[in-house]
Amino acid sequence: MTKFEIRGLRADVLIGEDERQEILKGVDLTINSGETHAIMGPNGSGKSTLAYAIAGHPRYEITEGEVLVDGENILEMSVDERARAGVFLAMQYPVEVPGVSMSNFLRSSVTAVRGEAPKLRQFSKELQGAMKDLSIDPTFAARGVNEGFSGGEKKRHEILQLELLKPKVAILDETDSGLDVDALKVVSEGVNRAKAGGEMGVMLITHYTRILNYVKPDFVHVFANGRVAESGGPELADTLEAEGYERFVKAGA
Amino acid sequence: MTSPSIEPKAHSHGLGDIPFSKLATHGSFDVNDFPVPNGREEEWRFTPIRRLKGLHDGSAVADGTDKLDVDAPEGVTVERVGRDDSRIGKAGFPADRVVAQAHTSFEEATVVTVAQGKALDRHVTIDREAQGGTRFDQYVIDVKPLAEAVIVLNQTGTGVRAGSVDVHVGEGARLTLVSVQDWDGDTVDVTQHNAQVAKDATFKSIVVTLGGDLVRLSPKVAYTGRGGNAELHGLYFTGDGQHHEHRSLIDHNLSHTRSRVEYKGALSGKDAHGVWIGDVIIGEGTTGTDSYEHNRNLQLTDDTRVDSVPNLEIFTGEVEGAGHAAASGRLDDIHLFYLRSRGIPEDEARRLVIRGYFLELINRIPVEQLRDDIMAKVERKLAAHE
Repeated sequence: MTKFEIRGLRADVLIGEDERQEILKGVDLTINSGETHAIMGPNGSGKSTLAYAIAGHPRYEITEGEVLVDGENILEMSVDERARAGVFLAMQYPVEVPGVSMSNFLRSSVTAVRGEAPKLRQFSKELQGAMKDLSIDPTFAARGVNEGFSGGEKKRHEILQLELLKPKVAILDETDSGLDVDALKVVSEGVNRAKAGGEMGVMLITHYTRILNYVKPDFVHVFANGRVAESGGPELADTLEAEGYERFVKAGA
Repeated sequence: MTSPSIEPKAHSHGLGDIPFSKLATHGSFDVNDFPVPNGREEEWRFTPIRRLKGLHDGSAVADGTDKLDVDAPEGVTVERVGRDDSRIGKAGFPADRVVAQAHTSFEEATVVTVAQGKALDRHVTIDREAQGGTRFDQYVIDVKPLAEAVIVLNQTGTGVRAGSVDVHVGEGARLTLVSVQDWDGDTVDVTQHNAQVAKDATFKSIVVTLGGDLVRLSPKVAYTGRGGNAELHGLYFTGDGQHHEHRSLIDHNLSHTRSRVEYKGALSGKDAHGVWIGDVIIGEGTTGTDSYEHNRNLQLTDDTRVDSVPNLEIFTGEVEGAGHAAASGRLDDIHLFYLRSRGIPEDEARRLVIRGYFLELINRIPVEQLRDDIMAKVERKLAAHE
């Protein structure tokens, strides 16, 4: 049982040497293990900033608040410590790291998160199985991390990492964006497999309701103007689908 | 004029005056045709003249020896020959005084010949260990038509060295030449590579510079037939006080020739100095040239220096592709963020990114064992800087 709490979180985006802008303006949210929370909102509302700020992206600076995993403030941890504490971010734009092979990267990552190196044979079997589940061609293991991958291939690999690392909390930042329906299904199935144990909390950031047909949320939050503007059950997504974000955009302006 | 001899321009076509390239496709075999450089000349301005140990002003005395170990499969002949061997000096003129000095003063040359049509079943290794003193040298590598070879020149040891490596890649032949500068920390090495790439031939040069106090290496390429293809890949890791200078020149003197130049360096430590000069000439009247050059530098510490200068001279409107790029900077913090966001600790993430940066280039080496050998050398150097 894990409790993931965001309390009064404020953060700036660092634009230049002396230029910064506040994006998160006091975010409060609690996610218990097994729960899936959809964070929906208009473009530019700060959804992605929330994801990156929690993960510790160097372009963002947290100015106030805390993010707790079972009471421990992960904002006091380094980026890699946060990941080892069980927080995983599936990025909207995964980074290409030339020359570092996917298999080497995944083994280093799994070793770090699990605290011991998996046996080579066992790991390669596990990796092959996980890749097959996501319809990823085995040759990708030898390629550079995300190097020359299409948008859809990158997203599949994010979910591959999610499945291998088995985090306590998964933040999925617009994992559905740019995917066709077939790819969306494959990726959603991966998320649902990871959820199946009932231990993982999910923060599913999306602009559209489409993915919510495949990954069922327990709660839906509207994110606008740097904070949670409204919370509800799955039915809130239907309202947003029908009415759009207009009323929240106006409220924020 | 710093380069006094007038070589007939290869791309002259007898129609009167043509634009004259400022880049050095000319030169001389005679050291006396070059004035003693003072360091202000264009071709010397990045080089620390005082550290050349007299190579540049005639004061260096040839008193050194090299130990050579050659491992070559069937189809390859390796000869040690004297000054008067007619095969020496046929691939291009020395472009600077030090290389001309070496040509003027050398006593012995090494000629490696790969027989026509022979596809070697394993690579040729030339282990060259400098055993002190000053030595001037000439190497000739002659790959006959339709032959295929991988040749590794693995250079270690201590001393002051200058010379040329002449390379002839015959019609339809394929050569990968790997030149490793793994010298001891006090070694000075000034060398020019002259490659002549024949019709439909492919020349791949892989330069790996790790050692030495001062290494100045000038790989030059010209074509003797259409369809010639040259790829120059370079890797350097420049540590405290080291000067690594690479000066490539591709002379697209004929139509339908292709070149790629990709040099990647990492620098770490006080006064580590990397220089890359990338000259490309696309000759008058040529068509269908495809050329691209690229230099990247990873500055691992703030006290390093990089000079990166691409020069592109185009004398025709009929170019298929010509471009260049250069970038120098620190490790990309977004790369590090991505790896660390997957739990990988910072120091390990740094190691992965730096190795990846070099592996991208090392993976272009065709023989797995060679890739491993070179990566092992890079690892040793990296370990010393972590």
